[in-house]
Amino acid sequence: MSATLLPPQVRLANEIARQFAHRPPADAATAIANHIRAVWDPRMKKALLEAVDAGNEDLDPVAALAAEQLRPAAQ
Amino acid sequence: MSLLKEPDFGTPARPGEATVELTIDGVSVAVPPGTSVMRAAKQAGLDIPKLCATDSLEAFGSCRLCIVEIDGARGTPASCTTPVAPGMVVRTQNEKLGKLRRGVMELYISDHPLDCLTCSANGDCELQDMAGVTGLREVRYGSGVEAGANHMSAPTDDSNPYFSFEESKCIACSRCVRACDEVQGTLALTIEGRGFDSRVAAGAGVSFMDSDCVSCGACVQACPTATLQEKSVIELGMPTRSVITTCAYCGVGCSFKAELRGDELVRMVPYKDGGANEGHSCVKGRFAFGYASHPDRVMEPMVRDSIADEWRKVSWDEAIGFTARRLREIQAEHGPGSIGAITSSRTTNEEVYAVQKMVRAVFGNNNVDTCARVCHSPTGYGLKQTFGESAGTQDFSSVEEADVILVIGANPTDGHPVFASRMKKRLRQGAKLIVVDPRRIDLVRSPHIEAQHHLQLAPGTNVAVVNAFAHVVVTEGLVDRPFVEERCEDFEQWEHFISGPEHSPEAVEAATGVPAEEMRAAARLYATGGNGAIYYGLGVTEHSQGSTTVMGMANLAMATGNIGRRGVGVNPLRGQNNVQGSCDMGSFPHELPGYRHVSDDGARDVYEQLWGTPILNEPGLRIPNMFDAAIDGSFRALFVQGEDIAQSDPNIQHVHAALAALDLVVVQDLFENETAKFAHVLLPGTSFLEKDGTFTNAERRINRVRPVMAPMTGKQEWEIICEISQAMGYPMHYDSASQIMDEIAITTPTFAGVSFDHLDKVGSVQWPCNLEAPNGTPIMHSEEFTRGKGRFMETMYVPTTERSTRKYPLILTTGRILSQYNVGAQTRRTANVAWHPEDILELHPHDAEVRGIENDDMVALSSRVGRTTLRAVLSERMPVGVCYTTFHHPVTGANVITTDNSDWATNCPEYKVTAVQVDLVVEPSAAKEEPATVAVGN
Repeated sequence: MSATLLPPQVRLANEIARQFAHRPPADAATAIANHIRAVWDPRMKKALLEAVDAGNEDLDPVAALAAEQLRPAAQ
Repeated sequence: MSLLKEPDFGTPARPGEATVELTIDGVSVAVPPGTSVMRAAKQAGLDIPKLCATDSLEAFGSCRLCIVEIDGARGTPASCTTPVAPGMVVRTQNEKLGKLRRGVMELYISDHPLDCLTCSANGDCELQDMAGVTGLREVRYGSGVEAGANHMSAPTDDSNPYFSFEESKCIACSRCVRACDEVQGTLALTIEGRGFDSRVAAGAGVSFMDSDCVSCGACVQACPTATLQEKSVIELGMPTRSVITTCAYCGVGCSFKAELRGDELVRMVPYKDGGANEGHSCVKGRFAFGYASHPDRVMEPMVRDSIADEWRKVSWDEAIGFTARRLREIQAEHGPGSIGAITSSRTTNEEVYAVQKMVRAVFGNNNVDTCARVCHSPTGYGLKQTFGESAGTQDFSSVEEADVILVIGANPTDGHPVFASRMKKRLRQGAKLIVVDPRRIDLVRSPHIEAQHHLQLAPGTNVAVVNAFAHVVVTEGLVDRPFVEERCEDFEQWEHFISGPEHSPEAVEAATGVPAEEMRAAARLYATGGNGAIYYGLGVTEHSQGSTTVMGMANLAMATGNIGRRGVGVNPLRGQNNVQGSCDMGSFPHELPGYRHVSDDGARDVYEQLWGTPILNEPGLRIPNMFDAAIDGSFRALFVQGEDIAQSDPNIQHVHAALAALDLVVVQDLFENETAKFAHVLLPGTSFLEKDGTFTNAERRINRVRPVMAPMTGKQEWEIICEISQAMGYPMHYDSASQIMDEIAITTPTFAGVSFDHLDKVGSVQWPCNLEAPNGTPIMHSEEFTRGKGRFMETMYVPTTERSTRKYPLILTTGRILSQYNVGAQTRRTANVAWHPEDILELHPHDAEVRGIENDDMVALSSRVGRTTLRAVLSERMPVGVCYTTFHHPVTGANVITTDNSDWATNCPEYKVTAVQVDLVVEPSAAKEEPATVAVGN
């Protein structure tokens, strides 16, 4: 329930990351990044990267790895 | 198009080749084996008199009007119950037959009121017709009282709001009883008494309204006299013209004849040639159309500068000019991505297409989403990933060849009643049934139907159950290896994944609450019982793992070879009439029409060339993202087409905060709905009776929606979109809705063969409809999957974060009931409120008892995001720990309770799992918001 206190992009990225938690982190990050790339509006990707850059501790580490893969497309 | 009476062949058609040749009145005819002599005669152009026979029902043989003579046969057999035989020679008319028939008619007429001239069925009465056909000139016994004992003083039952049962006119032909049994499958009616005392009764000594009758209208349609008659016909008179169109309620998409006197709609009669419904209907489509002329309808455009202001009625020009100017001003100030639109599944394909075109070509972004976001978006995602196409695999009639029917998270008898009747018919014929649902829905046990397995799982554990099925299939050697090897890919990887012990029924028994052995038995039945067909609804999709469950079901169907032919498949039961169509038409922010991603250069080029403007190659905002962006200030204006997001979407406090934060909300709707309270522009919409276009139902069937009357507001909704676009500087113009479909056809490969002319010619088509399949594709993936090979996907079960706690110990799940529809905007404005005047909370007697709650008590329902009050009903349909309510009434505000949890892949809300507490209250109060929970930016 604490998820509702998170910024939307962090909450959504974490929700996606939970689905891939059984995969090796690198594979999971790629799958998460591919999904986000396919369906997220650019401003959401930007907000996610800002959360990464701000060191948001609530962001799932694998989601943060995925966000790094989005960086070239978002800038 | 005008067609009041379709041909009635007397008995149902039989399948097969026309191999049986016979001669009737000197006319040769060939029909399939098993066909009745009556039907064969009709096919030969010969009408045999009848009263108890009609081709929607099996032959009954009671009226004895249809007697014939057959060479070599003794007596005068009934033609309805006599099957054809090779070389049979039949006579339908001679002096002896005529005399016998007149004798029968004399008996009927002697106990029937002779008030034909003032009878509501005058001109539409088969008894009247048969008196003429048989040449009846006298009734030797007299009529009514003078004939002796009679039923003339039998009382009339007016309890149903839509039809009357005038028993004195009943001829006890049993057509109504049989229609209730055979067509609807409710078995509410019976013939009470014997011999002369035989009478139609709705249950044991109760009125129609108090009986099990579901008011589908099948009995009214079957009645050959005025005994069961629509009250609208009694009040307004017999209709004089008919327009074939499509129902605007659920995803079944029934075809109806809208029957009118002049411009006044008298009744809606299900159309026998409608591919989706084949002459059947439910209480909503058949009777609940009065909302279309309800005084609450908004008929003139209105604007206001602030939502605190009163509405100002304005001209269309001013409303459109105001809208266009404000949209451009907001874009100039906040950027092109600051505005967007939401399309509706209650509008036509053409209207949806126009809106998404406005967003992409005029707004210059991809901020368009549709209400399917909150219902079946996981279907689109899951089936696209596995099969390659975002749609169900079958036509509805496919269920007639299913041997095992697996219903997951759907309640068809309430949500999709006309399809449910088809399904129940197949179940009565012996197909096996597995129900996976926390609630004991009606299908689990109803007259002549009992599920072999009811897996009463804990809400939120669908994936665990579906995976357990697949685990059993793989580990017990039930995989259809030849199918998998030839048709699928990624099987070995998936086989390894699903074979893991964590997916076994025993491993997930504790989480799901379903006994492992029951899961194993159900899985074996699905895999080995013949044709296995999966039907599912929002109980699958509206979960945090909705998309995962859809993919899991697709895995299961592929592993068992249950895909690509009749009787099998993965079948979403869509919530609204045009959910499929609104998704097809490109109203997802990442997909162009035909489910082509916006990053697909080739697909974008088609539209860029045609529309003369670039299209963004990045996805836009989904509905929940729009709300978040409204609160963070980057999204400032929203056009809402025919949806009431302020009532229907979850965590209403959050939705209201988002809407209140917008600089401009434009609502296009029939009524001043809850969303309109946040609107600056209210554009009056058109009802389905005024629309000209197409709907696409859950089986991908594209049906025409024909205007029964001119738009009451003076404009079709697509015209309004064009005018806004023009006012914003983009030249969008169509002469007609058919021109829009023509544009859809030339730009969307799956619609390439669709046109209004083609639909008018063939009735309906199921897409893909193109050169390869000019009359459509009833069954998909028959030779190969749309994506080539069917793809197995790993579907890890991840429990939802929404858990019961000490503070919120129960789980709430939501849904809808038969008589009401979604937020109730339509059905609450009809007599359907007689069945469901308020939302109620169903909870198990144990959960009620420990809280001191009794039947009909008012209770407070609270979750971590909100609180409301409603009436409690104790029900053992619910498992302990789970409660249920509907969201049809804004005063209850069920979505005050639901949270913003959503499907990980599509953000479809997790409506079906909310941790709640229920407490007894003394005084009712309106839905109460707790704004403090909004300020968390969720």
